[in-house]
Amino acid sequence: MAISLKLNGQTHDVEAEAGTPLLWVIRDELKLTGTKFGCGVASCGACTVHLNGEPVRSCQTYVEDVDGAEITTIEGLNSSVSNAVQAAWTELDVVQCGYCQSGQIMSAIGLLSENPKPTVAEIDEYMSGNACRCATYQRIRAAIQRAAEIMET
Amino acid sequence: MTLNVSRRGFLKGATAAAAVLYIGARPDGALAAGTAPAHLNPFVKIDADGTVTAIVKHIEAGQGPATGLTTLIAEELGVKMEDIGFEFAPSNAELYGNLAFGGLQGTGGSTAMRNSFEQYRKAGAAAREMLIEAAAKTWEVPADQLTIEDGRIVGADITAPLGEFVAVASTLIAPESPRLKDPSEFKLIGNANVRRKDTPLKVNGTAKFGMDLHLDNQMVVVIKRTPRLGGAVASFDDSAAKDVKGFIRAVELPNNAGVAVYAEHTWAAFQARDVVEVDWDFSAAENRSSEEIREELMTAVNSDPQYDLSSHDRAVIATAIDNAATVVEETFYFPLLAHAPMEPLTCTVEPGADGGIVLHDGCQATSVVHEALAKTLELPAEKVQINTLFGGGSFGRRGSSTGDYQVEAALAYAMTDRTRPVKLVWSREDDITGGYYRPAFAHKVRVGLDADGNIVGWDHRIAGQSIARGSVWEQYVVRDGVDFWSIEGVQGTPYAIPNMCAGLTDTKKATMVLWWRSVGHTHTAYVMESMMDAVAKAAGRDPVEFRLAHLSGDEPVQKRMAGVLKLAAEKAGWGKAATGRSQGIAVHHSYHSYAAEVVEVSGDAENGIKIEKVTCAIDCGIAVNPDVVTAQMEGGIGYGIGHAMRDEITLTEGEVDQSNFPDYEPLRIGDIGAIEVHIVPSAEAPTGVGEPGTPPSAPALANAIAVNGPRVTHLPMLSNGVAFV
Repeated sequence: MAISLKLNGQTHDVEAEAGTPLLWVIRDELKLTGTKFGCGVASCGACTVHLNGEPVRSCQTYVEDVDGAEITTIEGLNSSVSNAVQAAWTELDVVQCGYCQSGQIMSAIGLLSENPKPTVAEIDEYMSGNACRCATYQRIRAAIQRAAEIMET
Repeated sequence: MTLNVSRRGFLKGATAAAAVLYIGARPDGALAAGTAPAHLNPFVKIDADGTVTAIVKHIEAGQGPATGLTTLIAEELGVKMEDIGFEFAPSNAELYGNLAFGGLQGTGGSTAMRNSFEQYRKAGAAAREMLIEAAAKTWEVPADQLTIEDGRIVGADITAPLGEFVAVASTLIAPESPRLKDPSEFKLIGNANVRRKDTPLKVNGTAKFGMDLHLDNQMVVVIKRTPRLGGAVASFDDSAAKDVKGFIRAVELPNNAGVAVYAEHTWAAFQARDVVEVDWDFSAAENRSSEEIREELMTAVNSDPQYDLSSHDRAVIATAIDNAATVVEETFYFPLLAHAPMEPLTCTVEPGADGGIVLHDGCQATSVVHEALAKTLELPAEKVQINTLFGGGSFGRRGSSTGDYQVEAALAYAMTDRTRPVKLVWSREDDITGGYYRPAFAHKVRVGLDADGNIVGWDHRIAGQSIARGSVWEQYVVRDGVDFWSIEGVQGTPYAIPNMCAGLTDTKKATMVLWWRSVGHTHTAYVMESMMDAVAKAAGRDPVEFRLAHLSGDEPVQKRMAGVLKLAAEKAGWGKAATGRSQGIAVHHSYHSYAAEVVEVSGDAENGIKIEKVTCAIDCGIAVNPDVVTAQMEGGIGYGIGHAMRDEITLTEGEVDQSNFPDYEPLRIGDIGAIEVHIVPSAEAPTGVGEPGTPPSAPALANAIAVNGPRVTHLPMLSNGVAFV
């Protein structure tokens, strides 16, 4: 089926079978590889993108359901919140292997967009669906707190 | 360690290093014109515009070599960290071999910094001396008046960027023994403000992992795999797959791996695989269940061991224990574990020039893979090239002894007309069910104490499936039948334990096994440190004091082990836990480093344990990048604790019961409250950091739980009576 995808501010006309996860359209068709495949069952969060500003797991979001929606991937970030999050991630050297970090960052932006001053418990709750096998969690937590500080300035 | 910078070695090496070699060959200013880079030696490349690039011979899978090795070059050469880039080395063991692996190229055993520290510094220093000599010739001033500071040649009242001297430097002969900085001169090594080189790429999504490679005209291959080790394809039917748009074909692989399903893109490959029907021949397949494997291990540790690991008479020690005032006896069980790196396994085989191939891969065991691909594709070694990409985690999995997934990709490629690139993709289900697990192990330990609480005998029995046996590593690791990877951490313990005997029984092959972050130490540290704790308790002594009493010798191993133990205890406020909290400690020596960890918990086993804080002390010699060392401790602790809490791979009639993260649940952000890391200041050469944080983490947790609760001797804890909140 023909789908019109609004992604990172641009419209893409793509051809995909109904039931195709948005993840594979983003990665294999549009060749935007910052969004990662980790589990395919919405259990790790590596594939997190924003759908109308809300984080969703693109491996469980089907292409026919996003016709007309605004989709943002890591490549399309450009907001005061995303700038603060990426700056904090850089400042604290959060990453190790880095494979999950696009998804972590997309989720963190989702959290700070709705709750600019989250507590540790709120961070742990919101971020619980994003797995990091390198266990960079201490720094993810600290970076979200740091991003909240940057956002205040 | 020697560096190939003598004239003969250097030229030979440089020729092999790159198709473009201008050293001694193009002294005509071509470099200064900026047309090509100059390899001043195998590890340093400098463009005519002065851009300096470190050639990193170890895979960057998160553990930090892209930063660490680059730092060594920048330090000795005299450039700022922000002014040096990095590239991954090509496959060429002669130039880029691991000095800790007998020259084979590859990454593992926490050796990246240990084997490179002198080599990369010498490379940076040689480049510095060559550039200075070139500037001295150009300016006609004595070389000893010149230095390089922040990428500029300075001295003799002149200054210029080093790029201006690359062309002349590339005509010079590299010095045999360049002067290395004294540690007191270090600006970058040991500097906690030096940032990771790979952070920017990984924060904006542009870092390229194997999974991200997309070559023109590529096919994606996924494999319908045997559900049981040793199963074979009897027949298959791909008629339903033909209805999947993008499906190309399905072919049985010749190595019993299963049926390769080719498609135009990844989703089509997965969809087609789902509907390929396979009749499996399980006549030669594993059909046992985990319980049978566990019983075999338990029987083994309750019998005389197959191999004696010490010269002590086991019967004499057994008698001493039988006659002791107190006997502490525990039996331990460790399940199979998957590595589950965040990036599922993947690689791409691209047709190269002259019938050769290029492998694009987050390649860890480079030389093993190179040889395996040449053999699989019947190509001469020089027709195989490896382009190393970022690895999305490994924990040992990327570096199997056979190059298993790369060989699968090569076989899938070989069964085509070899005109299109073939990208092999594993799903998470392939990863969790696909073998290469940390082997299951059992230990049984009996310790006798006299009336004063002194150890009079320690009888230690280990049983499990050997990792090294039958692999290319057997010749290096197995001695007199004993796989060192099964016993490391018990054998050679730094503790002075009188009358200690140990034995090993190798059990039958139940599944494919592989090293897993810290290998044998994953279970030996748990047992040693649980027993030291249990024995201290039985003797009525403090766990830290009791351990120190067995580390009182003058040998560096004991002193350094005691050093981290004391530091961790001090920083954690040992013995001063708040009401409702308890502390457990463990210390272990692995990969030439020493790590001690204190875990502080609240709650109880029945209603749920909460891990409040972990305090770690690490002695890894010189911490080249203290922040990376800290990160590796944080990650190693999380990896150890997460699996000990709740992960296991189990088999039912030979089939793996788990399939993806929902039933192989990773550590999550809320599982550990805080981690604090303290690095012991040291002037010793750098040693491992990728693995040593893992071994003490799980036993420190077990010891914290045991203060007011059960002593957990079978893992994972969740399946053995401990709940977590």
